[in-house]
Amino acid sequence: MHTIVSNECISEGIYLMTVEGRFTARMGQFYMLRSWNQAPLLSRPISICNIEPDCIQFLYKVAGEGTRMFAALRAGDQIQLEGPLGNGFPEVTGRTALIGGGIGIAPLLYTAKQLDKPDIYLGFRGQSYLTEAYEPYANEVYVKVNGNLLEDLDLSKYDNVLVCGPLGMMKAVAIMMEHTDTKVYVSFEKRMACGIGACYVCSVMNKDRNKKVCSDGPVFLAKEVEWHAELSL
Amino acid sequence: MRSLACNVAGIHFNNPIVMASGTFGFGKEYAKLYDINRLGGISCKGLTLHPRTGNTGARVFETSGGMLNSVGLENPGVDAFLNEEMLYWETIEPVKIANLGGSNIEEYVLGALKITSDAEERRKQNRKAVDMIELNISCPNVKEGGIAFGVKTNIAREVIREVRQVTSLPLAVKLSPNAENIVDMSVMCQEEGAECVSLVNTFSAMKIDIYQRKSVFNNMYAGLSGPAIKPIALRMVHQVAKEVTIPVMGMGGIASASDVIEFIMAGASVVQIGTYNFMNLRAGEELIAGIQSFMELENINSLDEIRGII
Repeated sequence: MHTIVSNECISEGIYLMTVEGRFTARMGQFYMLRSWNQAPLLSRPISICNIEPDCIQFLYKVAGEGTRMFAALRAGDQIQLEGPLGNGFPEVTGRTALIGGGIGIAPLLYTAKQLDKPDIYLGFRGQSYLTEAYEPYANEVYVKVNGNLLEDLDLSKYDNVLVCGPLGMMKAVAIMMEHTDTKVYVSFEKRMACGIGACYVCSVMNKDRNKKVCSDGPVFLAKEVEWHAELSL
Repeated sequence: MRSLACNVAGIHFNNPIVMASGTFGFGKEYAKLYDINRLGGISCKGLTLHPRTGNTGARVFETSGGMLNSVGLENPGVDAFLNEEMLYWETIEPVKIANLGGSNIEEYVLGALKITSDAEERRKQNRKAVDMIELNISCPNVKEGGIAFGVKTNIAREVIREVRQVTSLPLAVKLSPNAENIVDMSVMCQEEGAECVSLVNTFSAMKIDIYQRKSVFNNMYAGLSGPAIKPIALRMVHQVAKEVTIPVMGMGGIASASDVIEFIMAGASVVQIGTYNFMNLRAGEELIAGIQSFMELENINSLDEIRGII
């Protein structure tokens, strides 16, 4: 069990939880979080937003029963963390862009800190949040509130594009960059049960085989994903 | 000296904790979290003769005290299990149960044949092998329009009879709670020479998205598991254990050591742990410790003292 240092509402329905402890993880990995005993049944997969020497931070959006319970936690409360899980983003080199949509910006802060000043593009509906935290680790932070962020971008100059956001956004980047040499990596979110690769509830169809978001992902090479299978849901 | 040891069909289990098919993969993932060699047994991810990619769309949904799953038996197939996963299974101690499904009788029979000959071959070479086949008869029967084999006793009988003829391995039949009559079903399993019945599998259930105005699952129905089903599962295990002489592996919503004791008092020889593995990734070692504490507290030396006492 770990102790919560703070759990602030930073925008409507968006919370930043800081948990005490020493953590090491790779960019794009996640933890299974649980602050209850029996109900709800399942723990919640939440990506790592940031790690400092004495704490870890999770940025999450209240979407259901579990995240509602997280939102009610206060400094001093206990939370169980299982992880770090998943493979996260690869150690890319060359010119790199990070693209985040809404709550999908979460894993990109810790990711930016591991890279050499990438360009960061963040899109929001309604209101932006946490964008200033990305500034010190970016060559440029471009923020767009409402409207299509991708319209404003020329991604052809990048060797790597790392995306986390709504499925439609990730697919759009995948299509834009389909016939280029730019490597596009997308970070998926799916409902999970075990979080460690045993239960097969978070499969994503890839070109060669099904892959598990929890243990094979959550990051996949965009051109490997069978997008039609994901977006027909 | 207190002993948690159990015996099912002549197979020795160090303790009654067996991990249920579909919730424990092949064990590797959990082995990173605790010593899975302490478990009584593992029933592997449900296998089919050929690899399956499983169902499309949502595969999991939480309910009050439970969860619905619609994985659709995604699995690497029997050959990949025998060629790849068995290499890992040869290195671990728990009783090894191969859970086998199929969409027609031929698939069941061919799958059982392959598993059996592989086990015989490994044993000859003094290697660890599959100890038992657990037949999953909750699969849809393609010939009968998709109704699960395990609903009607006479349909299930054909599967068990055919598989029984081709395997020398102890045969457990995993019963569906959706069976028309689960007691008749288990008596039939005994008549057909199964060494064991395991029950219950998930309950056929449903969740509707009222805004989309459709089932959450592409397959319409999904399987309900978790603490919500425990009282019903316990009643079924009790009824079956009273009627058959073969051992019963009890399962359904177990989420504590006291739940395990209830199933044993209801007549289960061992129990299987499913959904609780998701609620507590270290469920195995915690349940074993919990059973030990209960035995200390109640001064029980062997689980035989309390098995089937209700």
